[in-house]
Amino acid sequence: MAEIELRDIEKSYGETAIVKGVSLSIRDGEFLTLVGPSGCGKSTLLRIIAGLEAQNSGEVLVAGRCVDDKRPKERDVAMVFQSYALYPHLSVFDNLALPLRTRRLSFAQRLPLVGRALPGRGDVEKAIRAEIEQAASMLDIAHLLRRKPGQLSGGQRQRVALGRAMVRHPAVFLMDEPLSNLDAKLRVQMRAEIIALHRRLGVTFVYVTHDQAEAMTMSDRVAVMMDGELLQVDRPERLYRDPEDLRVAEMIGSPKINVVSRAHWVSLGASLPAGIHRNTAHLAFRPEAVGIVASGDGRLNGVVASVENLGSDIFLNVTLADGQGTVVVRTHPDASRSEAGRSVGLQIDPACLLQFDGAGMRQREVERVEAAA
Amino acid sequence: MISRFSDRRFAGRVARHAILLLTAAFALLPFVWMVSLSLKPPQEIFQADFRLWPTAFHGGENYRIALTAAPMFSFLLNGVLVCAAIFALQLLVCIPCAYALAKLRFRGRDTLFSAVLVGLLLPPQALAIPHFVMLNVFGFLDTYAALILPWAISTFGIFLLRQFFRSIPDEIIHAARLDGLGEFEIIWRIMIPMTAPALAAFGIFSVVAHWNDLFWPLIAVRRAEISTPALGILLFRDDEAGQFLGPLMAGAVIIVAPLLLAFLIAQRRFIDGLAVTTMK
Amino acid sequence: MTALDCNRPREAAAKARLATRSGEHGLAWLAVSPALLLLVGLLFGPVAAVVLFSLTDWQLGSFTFHFIGIANFRALFADPTFWKALTNTLVYVAIVVPGTVLLGLVVALLIETSPGLRGFYRAAHFLPVMSTMSAMAIVWGTMLHPTIGLVNRALGVMGISGVNWLRDERTALLALALIGIWQGFGFAMVLFVSGLKAVPQQLYDAAAVDGADGVLDRLRFVTLPMLGPVTMFVVILTAKRSFEVFDSVRVLTQGGPNYASEVLLHRLYTESFDFLHMGYGAALTVVYLAVIVLLTLTQARLLERRVHYS
Repeated sequence: MAEIELRDIEKSYGETAIVKGVSLSIRDGEFLTLVGPSGCGKSTLLRIIAGLEAQNSGEVLVAGRCVDDKRPKERDVAMVFQSYALYPHLSVFDNLALPLRTRRLSFAQRLPLVGRALPGRGDVEKAIRAEIEQAASMLDIAHLLRRKPGQLSGGQRQRVALGRAMVRHPAVFLMDEPLSNLDAKLRVQMRAEIIALHRRLGVTFVYVTHDQAEAMTMSDRVAVMMDGELLQVDRPERLYRDPEDLRVAEMIGSPKINVVSRAHWVSLGASLPAGIHRNTAHLAFRPEAVGIVASGDGRLNGVVASVENLGSDIFLNVTLADGQGTVVVRTHPDASRSEAGRSVGLQIDPACLLQFDGAGMRQREVERVEAAA
Repeated sequence: MISRFSDRRFAGRVARHAILLLTAAFALLPFVWMVSLSLKPPQEIFQADFRLWPTAFHGGENYRIALTAAPMFSFLLNGVLVCAAIFALQLLVCIPCAYALAKLRFRGRDTLFSAVLVGLLLPPQALAIPHFVMLNVFGFLDTYAALILPWAISTFGIFLLRQFFRSIPDEIIHAARLDGLGEFEIIWRIMIPMTAPALAAFGIFSVVAHWNDLFWPLIAVRRAEISTPALGILLFRDDEAGQFLGPLMAGAVIIVAPLLLAFLIAQRRFIDGLAVTTMK
Repeated sequence: MTALDCNRPREAAAKARLATRSGEHGLAWLAVSPALLLLVGLLFGPVAAVVLFSLTDWQLGSFTFHFIGIANFRALFADPTFWKALTNTLVYVAIVVPGTVLLGLVVALLIETSPGLRGFYRAAHFLPVMSTMSAMAIVWGTMLHPTIGLVNRALGVMGISGVNWLRDERTALLALALIGIWQGFGFAMVLFVSGLKAVPQQLYDAAAVDGADGVLDRLRFVTLPMLGPVTMFVVILTAKRSFEVFDSVRVLTQGGPNYASEVLLHRLYTESFDFLHMGYGAALTVVYLAVIVLLTLTQARLLERRVHYS
């Protein structure tokens, strides 16, 4: 049982506030991803959970207990680092054994030279060896145990880093951008392996990444962070379809969501769709929510600037009629061919239109607001 | 065209060797001269014509006199002892300090580091008088302690090791803390093994400096029994037996040889070590 | 030890965290405390003591002393021997620095141009750096001996009658400078070699494409400019070492004849430890210290300004 509860965490270095009052509950056994641009405070938050950094105020609870005055090793968390942080002078076996030895051997038994001769050490070592071999075969690194980290490929190092976290059987796994040093193909493969590992271990995973695709594909829930604040915590599909904040909408999804300001829309001579809230300042819609029609009065008109054929989909970059701003449209390959230079009209599915006010906050459609009232 | 090109190449190569052999001769001549004289009987040394190799081999006799008239072996032993003690003390003091300066956050860290940098400016000779007075007060003059204690702190060592410790990523230390290592265990199990080459380089620097140092031993000790090699050879020269050039040169060979042999065995290590430590 | 812990007032929690953090503080201070103690006890305390001594008439062994203001400094600056030592040191530096740097640079360039015998040359030139100066100074003494010395014998073969190098006022300092260059140029060479290795091959390729493909062209347009930072560094290092010249002087001339080879550090040694004029010696030390610190600081400033290419 290891749910994590963050209450009003604040952290600043000197004058710069890195984390600004973050509260978050992570359920037991959940795979939660913290996603956000670099410098948004997500790694700092992870380090605060690990106990590697002390927050200025707020509390961290693991399994219902306050861990603020506990040192990292007492928190029952394991961490996988971006650079893997393997000890280069130790063999893979010793890398995996270190966390076990520090926990199971007494201080005297850990002393250099003398420790080896002390009674009881042999049995502990035997048990440790068995556990490491089991974990190694699970991660498919059993044949690498004698090597040094410098002799391993990036993917192998990644597995060793996972193994080092695993052997301790921690209640919580913390991962700080663990895949960002791998090449694209390996990254996709390791994603699947980490998901499988999570399923098999069944413990809480907190995963930090700046890659929204990683966040979307791996997590039970995603927490979007920006400038030290949590914008939204939700299931991936809800973040995509129902973002609460324009910044979330813009961060999640590739290609990016299209955003046209209300003023721009009106200046283009296009009539506003029905049900626009009076506070709405921005209209946003995903590339797949746009249909290509003939250009005409009252429509959002533009010219196809370029065509990107990905095989399964075709993306059209449409420059709006006044030459200011582009809208990306996803079309099916079977749909009518559009070539660059053609004038087109854009038809947006009103059900998929997202409205945001001047501050970027989501505005529900006016009907629904009235209905609620 | 090609032949002219290769002709010039060849000429260049000959010129290179000619010049380098000349400068190498300049560098090596004193060593050759020293060894040559150490093998000769007195009359041959004063002979008008010079030969590299003695006509009458007198090496055994010269080296025997050098070893018996002066405690040559104890000079060398003292050198080893003093250098080892200094280096051990320096490590003991420098490593924890360098680690704290590189990887721990604490109030006063920047001030302390500035103090280390200021300490780097101070030439050790400028501290000779107060060190001498202090050792005199404690009655340590003319003992091993007098040779060792003033060197217990090396601002250079702190500075150098801090630079190397800083190059170790923080993530490794964070991982070690999560793995349950305490700070001193991190130093012992992670930092020291990971910076072993740097420590070796600092060791070479320290040992070479103190093996060859004359200034401080000259002030700190008078007795031959505890003299280091650099001072010992001087004592030998001012001794009766040292008035004879053959034995004196033999003594010089004995004093100079250990470090040079160590150097010839591990050339790369010495050259890189000294270059790295001074370039940092 | 459960949820209650977290329900305590925020201040208490903050205090607890402060405690853990001050625990890290304590640990850090524990780690630096030996160094700090020795830093004060063996470096900064003594420097303060030297300044203090320089203002007194204290002699080693006596139990009383008086503050006499700057009398020691006045005596020092009125002492022609001091000025002689200072000029000699500057002359020595002025000979040894360019000699060492130039010789080191030439040897480094030649060693690096092709791989033939590279290892031998490097070791041979480095040998003097490793050797114990006091012993080698004795050897040099015999080489410079007027009758049996190698130098005068060699000159004699060429029909030149040599002088008594170390006993002649005109040549004593010069001979010491020669020994200084002998010991130092191998180290300069090694530093230059590491500087040469850092020059990217692409620069030579680029120069070759631009038409600078002769040996001298490459040297002028690529190698020497790229060696700027290393050269600066070698100059500083050699200058510092030259200011500290002592061993050869002590062993061979003891400042003579007639103070012709007296240098600052040797003056400092004889006044303080042969004559036990601690106050005077301390004043000399303060001057010496000032010279070295000033030199290091100006050169560090120069280094920062001059040699940053990137």
